[in-house]
Amino acid sequence: MTRLDLTHISWTQTLLRSRWPQFLLRAITLAGFVFTIFAGLFGSVVGSHNFAIIFVWIAWWTALKLFFIPFGGRSWCSICPIPMPGEWLQNGGILQPCGKGIGLGKRWPKAMRGSWLQAGGFLMVGLFGAVTLTSPLVTAIVLMVILLLALILSLVFERRSFCNYLCPIGGFTGLYAQVGPVEVRVKDADICAAHDEKVCYDACPWGLYPLALKSSANCGLCMECLRVCPTDNIAVNLRPWGSDLGSKTKHNLDEAFLGLVMLASALVDSAIFLGPWGQLKSAAYAIGSLPWLLFAGVFIVVALGILPGLYIAAVWASMRLGAIKTTLRQSLAQFSQLLVPLGMMAWIAFTISFAFAKFSYVLPVISDPLGWGWNLIGMSGTSWVGQSTSFSLLLQVVLLAVGLFWASRVARRITESVKQALPLIAFSIIFSLSMLWLLIG
Amino acid sequence: MAPQTCRRPDKSMESKALNNATKRLWKRWGWIFLFAVSLLLILFTPLPIPSNSPADRNIRIEASMFQFSPGELKVNQGDRVTIELVSTDVVHGFSLDGYNFELKADPGQTATGTFIADKSGVFRFRCSVACGNLHPFMIGKLKVGPNLLLLRSIALSLLAVIAALVSLRMFPDQQSRYIK
Ligand code: SF4
Ligand SMILES: [Cu+2]
Repeated sequence: MTRLDLTHISWTQTLLRSRWPQFLLRAITLAGFVFTIFAGLFGSVVGSHNFAIIFVWIAWWTALKLFFIPFGGRSWCSICPIPMPGEWLQNGGILQPCGKGIGLGKRWPKAMRGSWLQAGGFLMVGLFGAVTLTSPLVTAIVLMVILLLALILSLVFERRSFCNYLCPIGGFTGLYAQVGPVEVRVKDADICAAHDEKVCYDACPWGLYPLALKSSANCGLCMECLRVCPTDNIAVNLRPWGSDLGSKTKHNLDEAFLGLVMLASALVDSAIFLGPWGQLKSAAYAIGSLPWLLFAGVFIVVALGILPGLYIAAVWASMRLGAIKTTLRQSLAQFSQLLVPLGMMAWIAFTISFAFAKFSYVLPVISDPLGWGWNLIGMSGTSWVGQSTSFSLLLQVVLLAVGLFWASRVARRITESVKQALPLIAFSIIFSLSMLWLLIG
Repeated sequence: MAPQTCRRPDKSMESKALNNATKRLWKRWGWIFLFAVSLLLILFTPLPIPSNSPADRNIRIEASMFQFSPGELKVNQGDRVTIELVSTDVVHGFSLDGYNFELKADPGQTATGTFIADKSGVFRFRCSVACGNLHPFMIGKLKVGPNLLLLRSIALSLLAVIAALVSLRMFPDQQSRYIK
């Protein structure tokens, strides 16, 4: 397959190798993060007038889904401020690792590995989403808890345990980074095999060994391996979309769970935030009340019952139609790949529908970040209702169709025959049509 | 003598292979063309819209935090629609996507406005006065005539599946273990 190695181009090579560009970006995101918490705590309680709400849920969340992941895989993780303080302590240095750092460096318990907890975390965000998404105070508290949790965990456990096993955003980006167009790989496997110091493994905050990298799901593109490799044997490749999917890659059961949770969340979020059902919105908002419990019940049934049920049925049917003997567990894991393009495109379509209508809030909130009546750039009070145009509707339709096209291709590539792919394709069609109905029906 | 007789069948094989290659090429472009045309047809063929004689419609909508009820309206294309917006708690607005139509109702008051539903499709209406935390999501739907976009997109989905299967047959890729 075609690849373009960025380390072969001298200016990108310099940019990636130097710690400064990344450090500056991280300094900016950290400052933004701290300011967001401040704005959430002390700014206006009206969500649409508060920097915290608009920046986290409109600007950043949109940028993540429309820009960082589709064009850079896990690139957000390389400039994410959340693990920074902990990493400084672990490294004993701010710009680069210096000597011995602080921390117990324990290994993450085996039973809690994989993306199960990340998926659970994402489910929780969805359950409380209507409040987090609209209350600046709650957003600030959630961000503080995350920051603190990442710090504490990095003192107890080794490397980026929080990112690898807990962070819901990490689960989301990791899953979809598999189809992203960037990868870190070794240039020449023989050189690595002959080099027995493994400095890259020691330097990797994610606990990965570049020589063994088959998927970009867990690589945070931090470039540490590139910086420490004595033989310049690490490549940063631009690659075709969807490169980590296919019949030869290995996938685990937790990916199926993660993928299904993401699909369910896309459906439920579309229903709450874009649907005409006022009672659903109020129910999702009134945490702890009876309607909310009902809503939570329905959400859980969709996310853990209906959707997985359909998926298991499709996988089982497909397994029966194949000649090669596998277990249901293996098939559930292997076929989970088709959930990746399906979910990716559904989230992009949802984002187009959601964010385009709300984008007019962004500039006013830069002008008056705390909702205190400031007018820094003269844009305060210029937000308008926003609407979805016929172009944005058509774009959503096309994006969902691309998702279905892509998922069908993946389904066909990981099965032996068209016949065997059909149940998986049927599952994808059911999901796509539900999404279509919610977005444009 | 011998080498000559040998070369002859060789040459015809070569031209046959060449012929096959051009045939494959034609076939591929044929499929691409076919899909492109069906895509355009599905998205843009004008479909007949059942024409009803335009009627006058009076719709009363109650706005409260954070819903419109009814939240889904249905009218025919060409209808003269009069919206009576009643607010039961705080000030709410009513702003209709795609139409230049807006209303604002004070608590306990009714605001009335009329427009002609001349564009068909599904349009969302949103509250246009900040009324609380869920205000940005206070949304309803107006359906004018049949939802042709939904029908088109269902057809498009089926096309996407067929195109996916055909594309793998036409352009087999190295990553697939099973497809030859
Ligand atoms: S493999 Fe390299 S780029 Fe990837 S996480 Fe490890 S050190 Fe960072
Ligand atoms: Cu309102």
